[in-house]
Amino acid sequence: MIRVTGLTKDYGSRRAIHDLTFNARKGEILGFLGPNGAGKTTTMRILTGFMPPTSGTVEIGGYDVIDHSLEVRRIVGYLPETVPLYPDMTVREYLEYMASLRHLKNIEKRVTETLEQVGMADRANGYISNLSKGMRQRVGLAQALIHQPEVLILDEPTIGLDPAQVVNIRKLIKEIGQNKTVILSTHILPEAQQICDRVMIINKGHIVAEDTPEQLQARLTGSQRVLLTVRGESQDVVPLIKQLPGILQVVEKEDGTLEYESLPGQDIRPLVARKIIEAGFDLLQLQPINMSLEEIFLQLTRDETEPSAAMPEVGYSMEEN
Amino acid sequence: MRNIFSIARKEFKSLFISPVAYAVSLAIFLIMGILFYANVLGAAYQQIAPSIQVVIGPLATILLFTTPAITMRTLADEQKSGTLEILLTAPVRDWEVVIGKWLGTLAFVALVLLITWVYPIILNQIVDPGIDQGSLVSGYLGLFLMVASFLAIGVSVSSLFSNQIAAFFATLGILLALWMIGYPAQIMGSMGGEVLRYIDLSEHFYPTFYRGILELKDVVYYLSVTSLALLLGSISVETRRWR
Repeated sequence: MIRVTGLTKDYGSRRAIHDLTFNARKGEILGFLGPNGAGKTTTMRILTGFMPPTSGTVEIGGYDVIDHSLEVRRIVGYLPETVPLYPDMTVREYLEYMASLRHLKNIEKRVTETLEQVGMADRANGYISNLSKGMRQRVGLAQALIHQPEVLILDEPTIGLDPAQVVNIRKLIKEIGQNKTVILSTHILPEAQQICDRVMIINKGHIVAEDTPEQLQARLTGSQRVLLTVRGESQDVVPLIKQLPGILQVVEKEDGTLEYESLPGQDIRPLVARKIIEAGFDLLQLQPINMSLEEIFLQLTRDETEPSAAMPEVGYSMEEN
Repeated sequence: MRNIFSIARKEFKSLFISPVAYAVSLAIFLIMGILFYANVLGAAYQQIAPSIQVVIGPLATILLFTTPAITMRTLADEQKSGTLEILLTAPVRDWEVVIGKWLGTLAFVALVLLITWVYPIILNQIVDPGIDQGSLVSGYLGLFLMVASFLAIGVSVSSLFSNQIAAFFATLGILLALWMIGYPAQIMGSMGGEVLRYIDLSEHFYPTFYRGILELKDVVYYLSVTSLALLLGSISVETRRWR
């Protein structure tokens, strides 16, 4: 559905994105993840035809975004970073205007449907200037959905929403993503983890990683970490575990729990458990720790010049081992 | 075409919501009322019948100063609020946006002009045997064509700014310059002077439309200025994408 090849954009002498190449299928939700200024918004603006790339091509639904800009714009729904609203219009007027620009039939019916979809039906006749940030965000989303686009491009869609709304909007995006193509950018990592089928981590205009959230985790975690709690003096347990095969490191944490790290591919938890019980300790907890996408993200986007500043948690480092 | 009308209608409606349009209308009707009264009274003292020019003349000057206020927000505001991003990613051509905006403001000013018809109607009542209908029609036609070109310049200039005040003063500056560029011609004479006089916005109004004379070259002139301004505005919006 979306095919991006060698996309590069320069702002004067600053290169915002470097040679991005990626695809998105129908029925896929692709997440852009990256720190501020990584090039997420720039990429989205090029995809929607708002600005042309310096080089590279974008094809959406078989149309080139520059040569067939209008065709592309017809099948794309876009929610920009700054929600594009006219404060002096009512919600309904605004959506009717947007629908008229897209030559929809049955505008009134479609506006009502979309308002229900985003949960704003009760505010249809209110002025946009009186809406809260979260409501504005939803009206912005309604505007992107009004023409039931094949491709939905959302720049930080859940920003400013309250937790209940976030859940609703995520559910909505997931629903839409079942038979449409959705690209969304976010800086909320659990969000990417929850709703995206695939995540692209972008940093300084480069794609630094691209995979399913699960695969990213598995690939980058490398070793397995397990949290261990015993009753009593936990430091006595440390030498006990250290001598086991496959153990890379054992760290005692401040709260008295232990964390060990073992070679990937083999689960030595049964062995550890047996050893501890044989030694007469009471084993309370033995729980694997997944490296969160947050840690992966920090690790991938960490500046080379500032080592360990963004390192995840106590004593854990892949390089050390 | 549909897009142009959608945008024009939205622009027209939002002018009625914005306080600027009301302030501008207030200024126009207030000043017009005072000048009309003074002119009619003056004519009465001099024992001459006031002509339709007592309406058309002041109206031209007032519109010169007020149209920039009507167009200043058209594109500058869209840029500032970020709505231009959605307009330029909707299936709408850049020139449709510019023409739509212009048409919306033109409809508004046309409505204002329509309301000012009360003055000729009053004048027609108090003057015997009534005012010169030809001058009235040609005067208003001239005003309409001239205002259309003012508005086209204003919308076009508005596309260059994201600040309304900047757009206002830039438009006013350009309009005033084009309004007076014929003055040096009186000194220069010859070829250069002819060119300057031809460019001058007022040179195509006062000698002809204002006096009740209809000339094709003046109609063509205002239509050309309007088209050129709208073309430049479209180019300006398009190049905005590259910035």
